[in-house]
Amino acid sequence: MKDNIPVIEHHVAHHFDTAEQEFSAAKLGMWLFLAQEILFFSGVFVAYVIFRYLYPDAFLEGGKHLSWQLGALNTVFLIASSFTMVMGVRSAQVNKRKASINYLIATFMFALGFMCVKAIEYSQKIEHGYLPARWFFGEGASDKLHIFFGVYFAATGLHGLHVLVGMGLIAWLIYRSIKGEFHSEYYTPLEMVGLYWHLVDLVWIFLFPLLYLVG
Amino acid sequence: MAHAPSGTNYLNATKGWKSWLFTLDHKRIGIMYLLSVCIAFGLGGIFALLLRLELLHPGQMLFTAKQYNQLFTLHGAVMVFLFIIPSIPASLGNFILPIQLGAKDVAFPRLNLASLYIYIFGASFCLYSIFSGAVDTGWTFYTPYSTATDTSVISMTLGAFILGFSSILTGLNFIVTIHKLRPKGMTWFRMPLFLWAMYATSVIQVLATPVLAITLLLLILEKTIHVGIFNPALGGDPVLFQHFFWFYSHPAVYIMILPAMGIMSELVTTFCKKNIFGYKYVAFSSIAIAIISFLVWGHHLFVSGQSEYASMLFSLLTFLVAIPSAIKVFNWLVTMYKGSISFEAPFLYFLSFMFLFSIGGFTGIFLGTLSIDVHLHDTYFVVAHFHYVMMGGTVIAFLGGLHYWWPKMFGKMYSEFWARISCLLIFIGFNAVFFTQFILGAKGMPRRYYNYLDQFQPLHAFSTYGTWVLGTGFLIMAVYLIHSLRKGAPAPDNPWGGLTLEWKTTSPPPVENFLVTPEITHDPYDYERAGL
Repeated sequence: MKDNIPVIEHHVAHHFDTAEQEFSAAKLGMWLFLAQEILFFSGVFVAYVIFRYLYPDAFLEGGKHLSWQLGALNTVFLIASSFTMVMGVRSAQVNKRKASINYLIATFMFALGFMCVKAIEYSQKIEHGYLPARWFFGEGASDKLHIFFGVYFAATGLHGLHVLVGMGLIAWLIYRSIKGEFHSEYYTPLEMVGLYWHLVDLVWIFLFPLLYLVG
Repeated sequence: MAHAPSGTNYLNATKGWKSWLFTLDHKRIGIMYLLSVCIAFGLGGIFALLLRLELLHPGQMLFTAKQYNQLFTLHGAVMVFLFIIPSIPASLGNFILPIQLGAKDVAFPRLNLASLYIYIFGASFCLYSIFSGAVDTGWTFYTPYSTATDTSVISMTLGAFILGFSSILTGLNFIVTIHKLRPKGMTWFRMPLFLWAMYATSVIQVLATPVLAITLLLLILEKTIHVGIFNPALGGDPVLFQHFFWFYSHPAVYIMILPAMGIMSELVTTFCKKNIFGYKYVAFSSIAIAIISFLVWGHHLFVSGQSEYASMLFSLLTFLVAIPSAIKVFNWLVTMYKGSISFEAPFLYFLSFMFLFSIGGFTGIFLGTLSIDVHLHDTYFVVAHFHYVMMGGTVIAFLGGLHYWWPKMFGKMYSEFWARISCLLIFIGFNAVFFTQFILGAKGMPRRYYNYLDQFQPLHAFSTYGTWVLGTGFLIMAVYLIHSLRKGAPAPDNPWGGLTLEWKTTSPPPVENFLVTPEITHDPYDYERAGL
């Protein structure tokens, strides 16, 4: 089942002795990067916890202003994209390049779907005036509703930015896959972007129930 | 491996500005960082001289109250974000870490260069904000000062946010380098203690800095779209900002001091020609400091309305930091016992550090004590305390390391005579400036005040005179160091008789660090075995 397109050899960088050493260095580096990503998001989660404790009514009401159906759809999109990402990496590892490229394209499309749904959600919120305090003119029973939406936009906005960065990275992977750079001997970038993508997925898995399902 | 003056090294292997700007060599990147942090230090130093000048007499001298607020903010922000945090790790660490490890480069050379450019990018935001109205909130950007002021908080915080990424990437690079690029024979317990210190530093950089990033981002969102998180008028909590900020910025204090402690371990062994006393204790105390550093941020909030129970816990945890710090200081002291000590300039900095850091550390215990902190909080006592740690500790160690590795980095010797004079002036000047401030603070002089009561004038004046002595010391240093680059005698491979790997290669080292891959068969400081 191997594609018969010539592969590009990977050369180990001069300061590494072996390809395994290079790969394990990249992997450790990526895990450290993910650790700092988690701490980066921690600020928004802490803010969420504190303001939910201070203003439980605003958070109960805020959750009801969000569409859990759209949120659930996005959750499905991201989980599916994580699956196709894994398959993309695996396919490259066993030299099924075409399959790998197709899986990557699928991942990209799911991410795009996520961003489209996000755009619909944002425009609805903006229409109804549920914005951070500066432009807030929405109606609500709680007078602290703007805080909920401040946290909502900060959290989902940051997450959305990470999805956009991920889409850029996946597009870059597709380009490099087509050139034939990834195969059973070398697939480091695929694996690393894969790890990043799972983290982006994971953050959403927490954001979805916290923001959409509390009501 | 004889010294080969005509041989190629990392400085002359390639030529032209492009070979520097696009280099992936950790040594060249380290040198460019060194230049950048020295410029930042000069800038921050000038701000310090100016603001001390303003404080020579009560009332207005040179600057208005707002300009004064901007000066101390810029002094703090430039010194912390542009100088101290990257100082030892990014400049000396970048240069020395892979060589001491026996590696050819750091794990990710391109990331290393990227972190330098991210640093310069972030620094340019900070410079922009200096020229576009400066910032007058203090370097801590506390809300609601920072949300209410009309100065350029956004560009300054954006600068600090970007600088954070540079710091994270450097830390990440070093951790992976130490884990994955140790050559055969270089076990964890054969690593020089500077590497242990850099490792602990890097862990803090990777785990604490992102919290600052999100904090500053939320602050920017607060200022631009009023998310309401920190603004009490909108239902937000300004103390939350302090928690967020210090969750990074207290560990950041250890980002500053741990590499300094690493340098101290190198200096004491080399200049006493003796194995370090209690290697494992010194090594693990770095890790212990890194861990405890994440649990003490609340001691900045004793009077900010934090619960008393929390304050008690934070106070206790703060005292715990003293244990690993004291282990280090005592072990260095015992290492000196019966050593054959030579008092060259780097060792003079070692001695200065021992003296100044001990005072800085002890006064930290005062401030960590709840009842005393209520009295001393936000006075000059605090200013003096953290300058004794940051400047008496980190800057002094940075200078010690700079003098220690200067011959290795540039292959030139500086004037030992002038180095000693300058070290002496810095030591005297520093104590004149800051010991005075302990007294001022204990008498009740609040920090960051533009004006003060007449009774404080003599002490304020004495402190200002000290800055002139201090400035002279640095000026002399700049002159003889630059002079050594042009006219200095060529440096031997091992001018101080050190045993760690950087002394086993040429001065300056070749592009790939070693002509012959060194064999590592024993402890880093085994002077008895080396027969010295």
